[in-house]
Amino acid sequence: MSTAVALPAPVVEMIGVRRFFPGPPEVQAINGVDLTIGQGEYLSIVGPSGSGKSTLLHLLGLLDNPTGGVYRLDGVDTMSLRERRRAVLRGERIGFVFQSFHLLDHRTVLENVALSMVYVGVPRRQRMARARVALDRVGLSHRMEFAPTTLSGGERQRVAIARALVAEPSLLLADEPTGNLDTANAEAILQVFDELHSEGMTLAVITHDDNVSRRAQRQVRIVDGTLKW
Amino acid sequence: MVTQAGPPDPAGGPSTSRRRRLRSRPAVRDLLDEALAGVAARPTRLILTTLGTVLGVAALVGTVGLGQTAAGQITQRFDLAAATRVVVQPDDKGGQEGEAATQLPWDAPDRIKRLNGVEAVGTVSSLEIGDDLVENVTGLDGGAGKALQVMAGSSGLWDAVRAVLKTGRFFDDGHDQRADKVVVLGKHAAERLGINRVDAQPAVFIGDEPYTVIGILDSVTGRADLNDAVIMPNGTAKQAYNLESPDAVEIRTAVGAAQLIAEQAPIAIEPNNPSTLTVDAPPKQGAVRKGVESDLNALFLLLGAVALLVGGLGIANVTLLSVLERISEIGLRRALGAARRHIAVQFLVESVIVGFLGGLLGTAVGVILTVGVSWVRDWTPILDNRLAFGSPLLGAFIGLVAGTYPAWKASAIQPITALRGT
Repeated sequence: MSTAVALPAPVVEMIGVRRFFPGPPEVQAINGVDLTIGQGEYLSIVGPSGSGKSTLLHLLGLLDNPTGGVYRLDGVDTMSLRERRRAVLRGERIGFVFQSFHLLDHRTVLENVALSMVYVGVPRRQRMARARVALDRVGLSHRMEFAPTTLSGGERQRVAIARALVAEPSLLLADEPTGNLDTANAEAILQVFDELHSEGMTLAVITHDDNVSRRAQRQVRIVDGTLKW
Repeated sequence: MVTQAGPPDPAGGPSTSRRRRLRSRPAVRDLLDEALAGVAARPTRLILTTLGTVLGVAALVGTVGLGQTAAGQITQRFDLAAATRVVVQPDDKGGQEGEAATQLPWDAPDRIKRLNGVEAVGTVSSLEIGDDLVENVTGLDGGAGKALQVMAGSSGLWDAVRAVLKTGRFFDDGHDQRADKVVVLGKHAAERLGINRVDAQPAVFIGDEPYTVIGILDSVTGRADLNDAVIMPNGTAKQAYNLESPDAVEIRTAVGAAQLIAEQAPIAIEPNNPSTLTVDAPPKQGAVRKGVESDLNALFLLLGAVALLVGGLGIANVTLLSVLERISEIGLRRALGAARRHIAVQFLVESVIVGFLGGLLGTAVGVILTVGVSWVRDWTPILDNRLAFGSPLLGAFIGLVAGTYPAWKASAIQPITALRGT
């Protein structure tokens, strides 16, 4: 990691990224976005619905391909990657936290967290131990063998955060992480984000909620497919 | 803030492992685990899904098993009559130049009887009766004479061909020695002559000579020609038609002794020239059985195939439904780094597991069915091992075929569609 200290390369580097959906009529969902997220940065992207923030999230998370521009993740040019390599890069470098949690109801909390290490080649023996550490980190060590359906919304989102963290991503990408939670639970999640930030994790939170957005170190606003500073 | 040193290590693991090779390599065992968990998550559905394959494979194993078992019983019964019959005849081609064809000696039955494994033996001959017709004395047959086959036999013949009487009695050694003018009628011969009882001592004319009918046959085994014949004792035939020698020696052997007797009989009859005799012996076991089985199996296999087709469609249907239900799970896995083929393989393995379980259960049911029916019917269950061990694999294969389309559908789902909403 000594090289990382010497040359802190940005985690995300987007230059003139466009995403058009073929028509008719053609929709210019993202039109010329330049965005840099440095290591350890806590960024929020706010915008009303229809502003293109979901599309931006998909592009950031390698779930969708830009129509044009340049997107480098951890210095890797993602535009030239084939589907399989993109899947690997996605699994290794990005941790997702979704509004609706996306936990598997039929698996225990521990198995849900361990699942994110299956596709990135973490040896079986290490997975459960690392999942326990991650759950402990979000304060859920007493819930490991529970089914997700028995947990509260706030607990479920913490499981999802543990799952996102356990594979040691470069970027934690959260999509309306508090959208399904009440105020108290939302606050608890935001505190977890604060702690992660103070520990050096790079976070990008996409939201329409100003209360959530304010917690970030830097805020960008997206309007009609372009970023406003 | 941006200059914070190094990435964090929230899981506490060695952060050196963070930059792994850019290859997605879930072990085969991982994919298998995920598929198993997917299958086990919905036990009720699993049972319902396997039902079609269970029924199909059970039908296949049961019908083929019962078919083989039944065919085995049929051939066993069939064998009992055919497998114990040996016939010795003079070689038609005759001896070497000038030498007359071998004649069977009259004492052939006595010679054969001494062989171990012979249960009964008798001679049978067709008589040359020229233009003589056979006629019922009473004229009940319409008056006209019938051109019936007239044959001669020894007293041992009846036992040798398992003859059963409808009425009356067989002729015996006494009739033979005295050359009594008595006959036994074959079943069809009696019908044509209009004779159906013997208590009034009916008579028939063969040519101009009257013969007393002492018995009417009901059935014989192996010599259907006796049914259409009028049969008289050898002694009578010698006197009336100058019968020189028997045409054939009919032997009934103990079960399993036929092959041995077939070798020994010519030597016993013609120690000097055994090769001048031809022997008809039952074919080796198996040749008969095969013919019967293949007919039965064709039908049974067709039934099983139809059932399996239905089972396969069931799996395809439920797997497709399952894919649609688990769209968000698919999206999540893609977000966690699964490639399209990992998704495809998982669903494919799931449907193979379902098919295999169905095949396994179906095989068990089919075997139980075969054994159960055999037990009730007092049969010996016959089941091909290849069938018992191959059927679960057949189920797995059906799962594989049935899962191909749903697996392809699942792998084609875009992660952004899958993660949207709810």
